[in-house]
Amino acid sequence: MQRRHFLAATATLPLAWGSAQLQAAGSGSARLLFVFLRGGYDAASLLVPVSSSFYYESRPDIALAKPSADLASAVSLNADWGLHPALRESLYPLYQRGELAWVPFFGTDDVSRSHFETQDSMEMGQALDGHKDFGSGFLNRLAAVVAGASPMAFTDQLSTIFQGSARVPNTALKSLNKPQVDGRQSDIIASMYRNTAWAQPVREGFAVRNDVMRELASEMDAASRNAVSAKGFELEARRIGKLMKDNYNIGFVDVGGWDTHVGQGAATGYLASRLDELGRGLAALPQELGAAWRDTTVVVVSEFGRTFRQNGNRGTDHGHGSVMWVMGGGVRGGRIAGEQVAVEKATLFQDRDFPVLNEYRAVLGGLMQRQFGLSPAQLAVVFPGAKGKDLGLI
Amino acid sequence: MGTLKNTVARTAACRRCAAAAALLVLGACATTESPKPSAANANANANANANPYLLVNRLTWGASTSAVEQYKQQGWQNYLRTQLHPASSKLNTEVQAQIDGMTITKVPLVELVQKMEQMRRDADAQKDDEVKKTDQQAYQQELSRLQREASTRHLLRALYSPDQVKEQMTWFWLNHFNVHQGKSNLRAMLGDYEENAIRPHALGNFRKLLGAVATHPAMLRYLDNDQNAVGRINENFARELMELHTLGVDGGYSQRDVQELARVLTGNGVNLTATNAPQKKEHQGWYVRRGLFEFNPGKHDFGDKVLLGQPIKGRGMDALDDALDRLAAHPSTARFVSRKLAVFWLTDEPPPALVGHMAQTFMQSKGDIAATLQVLFNAPEFAGAAGKKFKDPMRYVVSAVRLAYDQKAVLNVGPMLYWLNRMGEPLYGRVTPDGYSMTAGAWDSSGQLATRFEIAKAIGSGSAGLFKPEGPQAQERAAFPQLSNALYFQHMAKTLAPDTARALDQATSPQEWSTFLLASPEMMVR
Repeated sequence: MQRRHFLAATATLPLAWGSAQLQAAGSGSARLLFVFLRGGYDAASLLVPVSSSFYYESRPDIALAKPSADLASAVSLNADWGLHPALRESLYPLYQRGELAWVPFFGTDDVSRSHFETQDSMEMGQALDGHKDFGSGFLNRLAAVVAGASPMAFTDQLSTIFQGSARVPNTALKSLNKPQVDGRQSDIIASMYRNTAWAQPVREGFAVRNDVMRELASEMDAASRNAVSAKGFELEARRIGKLMKDNYNIGFVDVGGWDTHVGQGAATGYLASRLDELGRGLAALPQELGAAWRDTTVVVVSEFGRTFRQNGNRGTDHGHGSVMWVMGGGVRGGRIAGEQVAVEKATLFQDRDFPVLNEYRAVLGGLMQRQFGLSPAQLAVVFPGAKGKDLGLI
Repeated sequence: MGTLKNTVARTAACRRCAAAAALLVLGACATTESPKPSAANANANANANANPYLLVNRLTWGASTSAVEQYKQQGWQNYLRTQLHPASSKLNTEVQAQIDGMTITKVPLVELVQKMEQMRRDADAQKDDEVKKTDQQAYQQELSRLQREASTRHLLRALYSPDQVKEQMTWFWLNHFNVHQGKSNLRAMLGDYEENAIRPHALGNFRKLLGAVATHPAMLRYLDNDQNAVGRINENFARELMELHTLGVDGGYSQRDVQELARVLTGNGVNLTATNAPQKKEHQGWYVRRGLFEFNPGKHDFGDKVLLGQPIKGRGMDALDDALDRLAAHPSTARFVSRKLAVFWLTDEPPPALVGHMAQTFMQSKGDIAATLQVLFNAPEFAGAAGKKFKDPMRYVVSAVRLAYDQKAVLNVGPMLYWLNRMGEPLYGRVTPDGYSMTAGAWDSSGQLATRFEIAKAIGSGSAGLFKPEGPQAQERAAFPQLSNALYFQHMAKTLAPDTARALDQATSPQEWSTFLLASPEMMVR
C-alpha cells in the first residue's frame, strides 16, 4: 500500500529523462507485447464503474452487479471500479500481486467511430492533422530506435502498426500448419538465394519457422502425455510467451470479435466468454515467460470504447474512450491509473461515450520511455509531435 | 531491396546450359540479347530480340507457354499494339460461363444494393435477438459472397484473358483509386466499381477514369464524401483526390486548396434508396441522379472557389468537372502518374529522365494512358530492366499458377485467395486509401518469403485444391502442374543463375523440381 500511495503521488509528474536512463540501464532484456483488440471492446463491462448509479440506469440489461458475495458480481478493485467476473480467476490474482493496472478514459482523439479508420490511425501513431505516412506504424518505428530490437508480428500479415523501414518478421501462431517445406528442401532453397539480396531474410524466415516448430513439438509432447491442451487465444498466447522468452522483444498480436452491437450479455454471455478467453491467455504469459516476465510489459488496447448506454438490442454501439491494460513483472500495478473523472451523464463525451483523458500517444510514449529508456529524440520518432505522459506504470 | 546479384549473367547461363544440356535436353543456347541501342526505334528492336520468356513475363501477369506463343506469332510491334489497344477480351467458354453465372454479372448495381439494403433493414427490424443476429450474419455473408465473386472474376481474368496489359492496369488503377471492402456495404459495390468505373478506362483517358471514379458510390462512401455538405465539410476525399489520385503529396497544393476542393465536392454523394432526395424549388434544376450517385444541391456550396490559384465558378455539379479537368491536366499529375506507372512496370526507383518522357506524352496526349505506357515499353530502360522488379504477392501467385497450368482453367480460385490473404495482399483488402505498396520492401520480409516457399510447394506438388470446385457434390478434377515443358527448356532455363540450376539438379522428383523452380529467386522477380 505504501508503495502504491507513493506512486499515485508521482504518477502525473512529467517524466525526467534522467530517470528513464536509469531505468534503461538494466533493461537490455526489456520486452513489450502489444495486444490489439479489434472491433472496439466494451470497456465499461471490463472496468465497471460500480459507484456510478448512472451506469446502472444506462444499462438495465447488461450492467454487472456491484461487488458482493455473488460470484457473478463485479470483483471489487477500489471504491469506484469493479472487474468483470469472467476475469476473477485468471487476471484478478495478477492485479492483487501488483502486476496489472488499467488506465480508463484511454484512447485517441479521432472521433470517426469507424473501426478501420480508428485502428489505422492508432496503429500509425501519427498526429491526426496534416500529412500522414500511411506505410509507417509506431511499433515499427519503436523497433527502429531500440538498440537490439528483435521485433516479431504474430500475425499473418504485417499490420499497419509494424509496417515501415525496420525489417519485421511475421508468423501467425493462431493455427499452426506443419510446414510442408522440409529441412533438406529449406537448405536447397536457401542455397539458391545465397548470392542474392534476399540471402538473410530467407535464412531468417526458415529460422523463425524452426523456432516455432520446436515450440509446437513441446506442445505435442504435452498433448501425448494427456495434458489439457490450451485452445483459442490461450494457446496462441502460450506460443507467443515461449517465443518471446528466448527470441523476440517487441511483439504484436491482434484479437478480434469485440464488436458487440447485439446481445452482448453481462456476467455470462458472448462478451463474458470473449473476456474469459482473453484473460486466460494473458494469465498464461507469466507462466510461459518465467524469469523473463520481470522485464516484460504487456499492453492491451482497442480502437475505441462503446456507447455508455446500452442500445435497443442489449448491445452497445461504437463509442470513444476505452480502457488500456498494462501488465508485467515490472509493472507497478494493482491500481487504476491515469487521469479520471466521475462517471456520470455530465462527464460523457457527446453525451454518449467515455471521454478520452489519457491520449494513447502520450500514455504509450511515456510507457515506452520507461520500458526501453528512449531519449526524447527517439520518442519523437516513435510518436512524432507527442509528449510522453508518464503514468508511472513501470 | 535491390536486384538479384546473380541476375542472368549471359556467359554463366551458357556455361550452365552446356553442362546441363545432356540432362535437360536443352535447345540452342545462343545469346539472343543485342547491344543496347539508343534511338527509340532501335529500342523496339532491343525488345524484339530479347528472350521472349523474359519479355512476356514482364508484359503479362506471368509468362506461360501460350502467352509466349501469342507473342512469337505477333512479333513485338503487333503484340504491343494489341496489348495497348485490345479489341475485346475473349475468355474460353468455361471461364466465361463462371463469370456469366455470377450475381455481380447478372444484377445491376442499383438493384443489387437496394436488395441488400432491404435485407439489412429486415434484419435490423427483427424483435428477437437471436433471429436478428442470424439475419444480420446472413446479410454480412451475402456481402462477403459478392466480394468473393468480384475477387474471383478479377483472378480469372488475370489468369486467362489475352489482354494482359489491360488486366494489369485494371489492378493498377483499382489500387491507385483504392477502396476497402470492409467499409459499410462496399462489398456490394466492388464488382460494379471495377467493371464500370475502372476497367473501361484502364488503358484509356485518365480524365475519364478520374471522373468515373470520383462519381462512383464506392469511392464517395469510402472517402466519406457522402458526408460532405455545405456547413459540415468533410475534407477526406478532397485531400486524397489531390494527394493520392492526381497531384501527389508534393504536387503543389495547399491546405487551402484541400478546403476549396472539399467545397466543390459538397453534395456529391450516394443515395441508396429509390427515392430522390426532396429539393427546394430553387434547387430542383440542379439536382442530378445517376444510379446510386446523387448530386444533392441542398448539400452543395454554390459559392465560387479558388483552386490552385484559379477560380472555379459555383455552377453546381459542373464545378466538379472543372476541378477534375484542372487536376488531370496539371503537370504534377502527369509526373505523379507517370512515375507510379514506371514503378509498377519497371523498377522501384525509375530513372527520372524516362519518367519525364512519359509525363510529356501524358500531357501532350491529354492523359492517354496507352500512349504513356507505349513510351515506357519502347524505352531502352525497359529493354534493359528484366529481372529487376520484385513481384508483389498478387503477381507471385498469379504468375505461378499461369506458369504451372497455362490455359487449363482452375475450377476454384479459393486457394489463391487464401494465399493472397496469407501474404497480406487480398483484392479490395487494403484499408487505407494509398493502396498496396508496389515496392519490394513491403513484400520481401522473412515471413513473406517463407510463405512463398510453402505456396511454391503447394503449387509444385499437385493440384493444390485449384481443381476442386466448391460445393458438396463437387468432383475434383485431376490436374498436375506442367512446369518442365518446352517453354522452360527453350527460354526459361537459360535465364537461371548457376545456384538455381544446381538446386534444380538436386530435386529427387518432378514435384520437388517444380517446387524449387517456383521457389527460385528468378521466380520472385520479373
